[in-house]
Amino acid sequence: MPIIFLKKHFKKMIKVIEKMKYLHYYRKCNLNNNKIELIDMYENRRLGLAYISPYIIGLLVFTAFPFLSSLIISFTDYDLINPPEYIGLDNYRYMLDDDTFYKSMGVTFAYVFLTIPLKLAFALFIAFVLNFKLRGIKFFRTAYYIPSILGSSVAIAVLWRAIFSLDGLLNSFIGVFGVEPISWLGEPVFAMFSVTLLRVWQFGSAMVIFLAALQSVPQSQYEAAMIDGASKWQMFTKITVPLITPVIFFNFIMQTTQAFQEFTAPYVITGGGPAKSTYLFSLYIYETAFKYFDLGYGSALAWVLFVAVAIFTAISFKSSKYWVFYSGDKGGK
Amino acid sequence: MTKLFIDKSTTGVIDNDRFLRVQMRKQKIGAGIRYFVLLFCGLVMLYPLFWMFSASFKPNHEIFSSLSLWPNEFSLDGFINGWNTGTEYTFGRFFINTLYYVVPKVILTVISSVIVAYGFARFDIPFKKFWFVTLVATILLPTSVLLIPQYLMFREMGMLDSYMPLYLPMAFATQGFFVFMLIQFLRGLPTDMEEAAMIDGCNSFQLLWYIVVPMLKPAIISVALFQFMWSVNDFLGPLIYISSVEKYPIALALKLSIDVTEGTQWNEILAMASIAIVPSIVVFLIAQNYFVEGITSGGVKG
Repeated sequence: MPIIFLKKHFKKMIKVIEKMKYLHYYRKCNLNNNKIELIDMYENRRLGLAYISPYIIGLLVFTAFPFLSSLIISFTDYDLINPPEYIGLDNYRYMLDDDTFYKSMGVTFAYVFLTIPLKLAFALFIAFVLNFKLRGIKFFRTAYYIPSILGSSVAIAVLWRAIFSLDGLLNSFIGVFGVEPISWLGEPVFAMFSVTLLRVWQFGSAMVIFLAALQSVPQSQYEAAMIDGASKWQMFTKITVPLITPVIFFNFIMQTTQAFQEFTAPYVITGGGPAKSTYLFSLYIYETAFKYFDLGYGSALAWVLFVAVAIFTAISFKSSKYWVFYSGDKGGK
Repeated sequence: MTKLFIDKSTTGVIDNDRFLRVQMRKQKIGAGIRYFVLLFCGLVMLYPLFWMFSASFKPNHEIFSSLSLWPNEFSLDGFINGWNTGTEYTFGRFFINTLYYVVPKVILTVISSVIVAYGFARFDIPFKKFWFVTLVATILLPTSVLLIPQYLMFREMGMLDSYMPLYLPMAFATQGFFVFMLIQFLRGLPTDMEEAAMIDGCNSFQLLWYIVVPMLKPAIISVALFQFMWSVNDFLGPLIYISSVEKYPIALALKLSIDVTEGTQWNEILAMASIAIVPSIVVFLIAQNYFVEGITSGGVKG
């Protein structure tokens, strides 16, 4: 009983203290012109810093520190057993003569340039069709979204292998039409196609974002165009697309950063083969570092990937000035 | 849509009835085409998933010999043998292992992201712009550049072959995407309630707990759901940090099964793959609106 009483009393006391602390709000009321302006605690910079301190710690410990030390490791020869040995730029010099490096870089860019346009075009197309006020739009949205929820899981990669393997689903399907089985995962071009298709299959998340953007395009714009006798296609290219360019850009950036880091699908479906035709760069980094335990070279590769992605992103942002229109703009440039 | 039209074919004479009839027919045909396109694409996309479920009930010799979704011979062998796996552990064990790191990951992400997002969205912070830029930069940073040093770090801390490396960073709001999403959501909420509570003597933590969190609830649920999905699907993390089979999560167990049996026992593999994605699908179907809201609030308003 006394403890409960104490607790209650204590809570009251805290409240009183808190009120006293913030009494200056009342004092700072500007009563001269009958306008009450509160100076609130949200201007307490120290308190704000305290709130984001977990983020700052995380940034320093789990991002900034590893980021910089990876650059340092890239100048060493390190195999986890012997202590790291400084070898200067040797890792990078070795890279210049490394055929796998060129191959892997080429494959990665080919993968990105193949998947992203296909995926975004498909996402935009389906979103465009869904945007007509059809019945059952919610049902279709759900159906199309499911693959992108599951897409990156190993289960789906396994399923992909079942579909594209030599005695798999796709071959038994084309067998119905009398076509000879094709070695989908054995031919470089087809293997790339299979891995690409998995990513295009997950267009749902981009589509949902597009759909939300399409729904926010004002109807009056279409009506005006209709009076002027514009066709559906003209409306799409002249009104819809320019108005949603910011969203296209957002999707483009998010999808490319993800595509550059693709790992699960090629690792599980093809293992990088055949003839390294699906040996994406993150696969190369992973195998160098965690299979052959060459952490120095792995870090160097990772840094080259980082620089490549950074340049690519920078170019995208620079080019966005010319083709992305933000509302309120007078137009491009 | 609109009643205004100009008939170009006849010279200025507008035949109202005929025009409307033609318009109606055009609309019906258009709707028909659209439904056809949607249904066709949807079927092509979802067929592999349905096929996987049905294949898990088929005996092994039937899987690739027929395209039908209904098994001719109904058998549960795939599930029974698959559940026992080729290892000394059952698949249930791998399921529980997955939960061991997914649950802390989700909880830590939600707590840390909400606190940090609240700080970012409401407070005046020294160098706020700088911190915000780093937040966006970490979203775009390829994680492979952090992989090796992080591995060495956790190795130094003696955390290899444990679930700690998978969820410990989440306690520090390291996934910028979620913080960003919550900030966007918070910015759209009015501060009136918080001001009122401030005058009544709430401290900032009480404000967060009693006012901001209830208002943020939909966004918080989105964050939790996305983190759940991504963690369950995560493959590279466990692949690097978990080395003993005893601690394998589903993702690694599936990879193991496909390596061991080399594509012969497809019914077992597909049965286990089906089981692996069932939780995700159920969670998604129950809470799909939160996914859509979450993904669009992070994207479009940005």
